[in-house]
Amino acid sequence: MSLGHATPATGELSTARRAVQPVRRHQLFHQPSRTAFWIWGSAVMAALGIVWFGVTALEFANPYFLPSPGAVWTAGYEMASTGQLWADTSESMRRIVIGFLISTALALPIGLLMGSVGRFEAALEPFIDFVRYMPAVAFVPLTIVWFGVDEGQKYSIIFIGTFFQQALMIMDNVKRTPLDYVRVGETLGLGTTKLLRRIVLPSSGPAIWDTLRISFGWAWTWLVVAELVAARDGLGQRIVVSQRYFDTDRIFFLIGLIGVIGLVLDQLFKIAGRALFRWSSTERG
Amino acid sequence: MSAVRIVNVTKTYTTRSGRTQALSPINVSFRPDEFTAILGTSGCGKSTLLHIVAGLEQPSTGHIEVNGTAVSGPGRDRGMVFQNYTLFPWLTVQQNVEFALRDLPMSRRKRHDQAREYLGLVGMEAFAAAHPSELSGGMRQRVAIARALSYQPRVLLMDEPFGALDAQTRQGMQMLLTRVWEEHRMSVLFVTHDIEEAVCLSDRVIVMSRRPGAIKADLAIDIPRPRGIDTLTSAELNGYKAELLQLIREEADDAQTAASAKRAG
Repeated sequence: MSLGHATPATGELSTARRAVQPVRRHQLFHQPSRTAFWIWGSAVMAALGIVWFGVTALEFANPYFLPSPGAVWTAGYEMASTGQLWADTSESMRRIVIGFLISTALALPIGLLMGSVGRFEAALEPFIDFVRYMPAVAFVPLTIVWFGVDEGQKYSIIFIGTFFQQALMIMDNVKRTPLDYVRVGETLGLGTTKLLRRIVLPSSGPAIWDTLRISFGWAWTWLVVAELVAARDGLGQRIVVSQRYFDTDRIFFLIGLIGVIGLVLDQLFKIAGRALFRWSSTERG
Repeated sequence: MSAVRIVNVTKTYTTRSGRTQALSPINVSFRPDEFTAILGTSGCGKSTLLHIVAGLEQPSTGHIEVNGTAVSGPGRDRGMVFQNYTLFPWLTVQQNVEFALRDLPMSRRKRHDQAREYLGLVGMEAFAAAHPSELSGGMRQRVAIARALSYQPRVLLMDEPFGALDAQTRQGMQMLLTRVWEEHRMSVLFVTHDIEEAVCLSDRVIVMSRRPGAIKADLAIDIPRPRGIDTLTSAELNGYKAELLQLIREEADDAQTAASAKRAG
């Protein structure tokens, strides 16, 4: 009887011992929890902030090169109180929205056709790929010759920097439409236009939205580039003016502001995308 | 008149390595109230044949007639259920069925009701508001069947529709399809490589030989209807299974002999 009891007990013991042994697992591709994500993210940001504060407070660096956080904040406050900051920001926002819309309005139909109609891809892909590798910055002098320093020049730089990437990425998004979805439409007797509008476009909608979100981020870069070179106002132009007067603290503030605006807009894009394409997140999950 | 007639249809593919004949001349017709299974090993061209009937692929020679009229492309006279899940994930179950009814001359109300009616036929009306991602594979295929039937095609084409389902679900789907078909008889062409499935569903089984696909046997299945779960274990079914198994095995053996001959040569 006692023997009968002893055997399972030994079994349990050995199982327990095995369980305590640490299992060496690799650290790759583990999704951190939301809390862990925020803790790590804020910790790094805070650490960098403290280093910045420390370096400037201890006067390790010439304030012309590296102004203190306080100086940067005061510079921003000054610009805001004269209303100039708001004017520059709204001017830049207007430009990027218009430039981005022009680019998207063209890239959307062209990318859609390139992704779904072989002849369009054959005709346009080589050209677009070619232009895509020409740096948009290199077009700045040309755009000034063509459009002067007017609004048209800003839009054209945003367009050159954004459109070609967008068209290719949207083409790729569209190509991922499952062939069987299209076949279902075919068996219902749908023609090209209806297949595109009712099946291809909604099916690739979430991916296209992501493309727009990413390319909007790039459009910011091109806007600031255009404003740095030639403009009367806008955040980019304000950076150039500040450089002329050695207002490094203002430059710091303006660069930071551009980053914050970009981050906020990116989040808005994400939220809107989740609302627009609720089916897509459940599909993946 | 036959619901579908396949006249002298062949299919040849041109690939980088040369020309492959997928289908040798095929001539066969299907009655309007006949459930036919097209049975064959993988790569015999049975799906290609079904795609040609659907109008999704063009035959190299020959043509297809539906209800006595030659057809050159897809159309609403034929409904299709695919092997892969093809419900649109951005639409609800109800909207997926209604999608097939758009462009038809009917009021919004009628479209809604007709879609709901066919969802009821496959027992899915309770899930009308769900999205496909919330459904199991079997449920998705049930909705796909409702979608293909909703616009009342002359012929229902099914391309291994239960191929991706587990055995239990598969059996349930076979019973469901049998019940629906016995209530609303119509011409069905059902492609499968599963002998038991072919026998238990059909009035007629067409066995295809391996590439280039041709009709090797055309067998009437005389199992009385209505059929039910007992049909699966009946002596009649087993008799037909044995016969078809023999035919299919010959094909598989031929394939092996050919492969080893090729290796030796």
